[in-house]
Amino acid sequence: MTALLEVDGISKSFSGLRALENVSFRVPEGSIIGLIGPNGAGKTTCFNVIAGVSRADAGEVRLAGARIDGWRPDQVCRAGIGRTFQLVKPFAGLSVMENVLVGALNACSSVRAAKARAGDIIEQLGLAEKRGAVAAALTLPERKRLEVARALATGPRLLMLDEVMAGLRPTETDHMVALFRTLNANLGLTILLIEHVMRAVMALSSGLIVLNHGQVIAAGPPAEVTGDPAVLECYLGEEAL
Amino acid sequence: MPAEIYLNVAVSGVLTGLVYGLMALGLSVIFGVVRVVNFAHGEMMTIAMYLAVALFSAYKLDPLVMLVPIAAVLFALGYVLQRGLINPFINRPEHSQFMLLVAVALIMVNALLIAFGPDARGVQTSYAFASFALGPLIVDANKAYAGLAAVTVAGGLFAFFRYTLTGKAIRACADNYAGALVVGLDVKRLYALTFAIGSACVGACGSMMVLLVDVTPPLGPTYTLLAFVIVITGGLGSMAGALLGGVLIGLTEAVGGLLFTPSAKSMFTFAILVVVLLFRPQGLLGKRLT
Amino acid sequence: MIPLLTDGVPRRGLKLLAAFSVALLAAPLVASDYLLTVLILVLYFAYVGQAWNIMMGFAGQLSLGHALYVGLGAYAAAALYVHFGVGPWLGLWVAMASAAAAGATIGFLAFRFGVGGVYFAILTIAFAEFARIGFDHWSWLGGSAGLFLPVANYGGNDILTLRGSPTMFYYVMLAMTASAFVLCHVLLRSRIGYYWLAIRESADAAQALGIDIFRCKMVAVVVSAAMTSLGGVLFAFYYNNLFPEQVFHISRSIELILGPIIGGIGTLVGPIVGAFLLTTLAETLSEIMRAVGIDLPGIKQVFYGFCLLGVVMFLPDGVWPPLGRWLGLGREEGDRGSGEGKR
Repeated sequence: MTALLEVDGISKSFSGLRALENVSFRVPEGSIIGLIGPNGAGKTTCFNVIAGVSRADAGEVRLAGARIDGWRPDQVCRAGIGRTFQLVKPFAGLSVMENVLVGALNACSSVRAAKARAGDIIEQLGLAEKRGAVAAALTLPERKRLEVARALATGPRLLMLDEVMAGLRPTETDHMVALFRTLNANLGLTILLIEHVMRAVMALSSGLIVLNHGQVIAAGPPAEVTGDPAVLECYLGEEAL
Repeated sequence: MPAEIYLNVAVSGVLTGLVYGLMALGLSVIFGVVRVVNFAHGEMMTIAMYLAVALFSAYKLDPLVMLVPIAAVLFALGYVLQRGLINPFINRPEHSQFMLLVAVALIMVNALLIAFGPDARGVQTSYAFASFALGPLIVDANKAYAGLAAVTVAGGLFAFFRYTLTGKAIRACADNYAGALVVGLDVKRLYALTFAIGSACVGACGSMMVLLVDVTPPLGPTYTLLAFVIVITGGLGSMAGALLGGVLIGLTEAVGGLLFTPSAKSMFTFAILVVVLLFRPQGLLGKRLT
Repeated sequence: MIPLLTDGVPRRGLKLLAAFSVALLAAPLVASDYLLTVLILVLYFAYVGQAWNIMMGFAGQLSLGHALYVGLGAYAAAALYVHFGVGPWLGLWVAMASAAAAGATIGFLAFRFGVGGVYFAILTIAFAEFARIGFDHWSWLGGSAGLFLPVANYGGNDILTLRGSPTMFYYVMLAMTASAFVLCHVLLRSRIGYYWLAIRESADAAQALGIDIFRCKMVAVVVSAAMTSLGGVLFAFYYNNLFPEQVFHISRSIELILGPIIGGIGTLVGPIVGAFLLTTLAETLSEIMRAVGIDLPGIKQVFYGFCLLGVVMFLPDGVWPPLGRWLGLGREEGDRGSGEGKR
């Protein structure tokens, strides 16, 4: 499989604190990769660098072979990467429909087409009943789904999910897992996800990348990685399944 | 023109600039801690100026002596304003707070207009026409006293924030709101106190300013804008920056007024603002913007 | 075209709108001269309020210096007419271009670093003040002594040079206000409209969804500035005199934003409702003061101040959202919703 996303030696410091150190990994086209690690390992920083929110001090990020590091977030999105925020950022004063529509406009040439697309995605994420509701009135699990819907609506080749299952009930988690599986199987959507809910990670991922103290300490198939002593020590040792 | 004229104008500009700097310092302190933009800043200053004028014309009380009680009155006004009006707006969107203070400013200016009329009012102190000669330099006594007073008050303020417990507590609030709450600081009270201190600054400033210019109600918005320009020029949240910006703007106004026409002097102020925003948007002494 | 305009608008709303339009069209037939001048003022504030609302209500960028665009429009059209005999219909293009250029400059300085908010608001005031002082010293435009247009001949209405009776100005102003309303309605349902709302609600999220924030904000400033300048053109030809001290003054900018704030920021109907409420209340107040025989020059502004204070404190979404619900019109698209949006 060819790599859709290649992260090559990125480093990032915040006023002396090393958040990422020479991080490299590949996300093959059509795969679902889990990015895991203990709190403060640098997962979200890594996302932000890829998405263009913060600029890496060194290293390259390539999407389908083309460099995208140093791009603005909107350029990265138009290049084909959709992302969610760990702390959800809904357009609080707009309706669910309008929220998703804004995302869909990225993928459509007309507002009419975007409305249709947004409608479909709202349906897929089980928000149909809430389509007219103001985002501020949604519950947290609903907001998480809205976050995913918006990112999905932009028509990404790569979807980056930052803890979208945290705080969900097990049934809701299963629903999300099933959804991502379908999207991956039917549309060939590539997914990179940060997740603490191991149940979801193990159910979804075809590969895992483990970050600790800003460094990649293990990468490979889930079964292999979870058996790695270094991983067990730093991560599973603390937050055992 | 001989060089002495430039030098004299420059010195008088710097002295006026110190008073401007103190005014901007008040704004900067309020913004830095309470995170509220005091859009009524200049209006509060004109209130202080009218107080000084009224006290002088009624009882011949020297504005520099009245500086302390006037600052106290403005302190109280600031405290009440923060506690009563602004505090409920702390978590409202920025534009909401801004409009609240626009309303307060609008009421203040026009209340002054109703109370005192549109004519300019000033004070004639015994030293109004006195001056000190330092070699080729001739310095107006008025400006010298005002500048000196501004430096004294600013120095006091620096000392307060550096050495007193309350000053440190206020700085803690500014650095980390949640942290300040966690360690048990009464943030609401400290916010009100900060707003009051910032207001006292403009109160003191107003008493000095009447030595330099006559007061009219529309001066309020002009000074509000001037204070903002200074704070942005000096760097938002930097106390030393506010003073530096004040001096820079005072100097520019004076020299610009000399080279062109005095009525166009504020155009140079805006030119400085634009230059700063173009080349150093965080201000002269400000921290880098993200 | 028609479905584009009526789509998603409740039937009841259309009926009310139609009734309201008819009343406005018929007003000059019954209104006294005085009432007509008040109505012209109402329409003027509704128009410029609508233009300001594009920036603040739609894109979330607070401008406190819109008098700049009014003034630039007024001076551009008036100067062309006075000095070169160029009529307002040609002059308005110059007016729009100069206001748009000024807006773009301010926007560029403020938005380039992503620091909107306070910086932007201050810059807008600073530029308006800059223009006020600059125009005061610009003798070609009359300087502080003012620029005067040849006084209108009330004998006939010449729509080409905008010389005529208040009734003519009323209809021109009404046409402009109606066009602005329709334009904003269309904008809100267009791509850029949705982008603006997204930026207003959360700039970070908007950017993550592929929106070029800088460009969208620039478009908002330019469109709003150009629209506002048209209000200035009409202002110049209606009042026939321009003084920098009055046209560019900060209190003009404040007056201009009160309507949409009181009516409801970000709503289409808000600026119109706000302008009606505020202007009629202020005129009533003036009338009462005159009747009682008290002459207090600042009283109207104090009244404005308390209106603003009251609305900001107790009706943060403005008068229209609750009024609209009461009329059974429900939520309007682009509405601030619950108002607990930002922060």
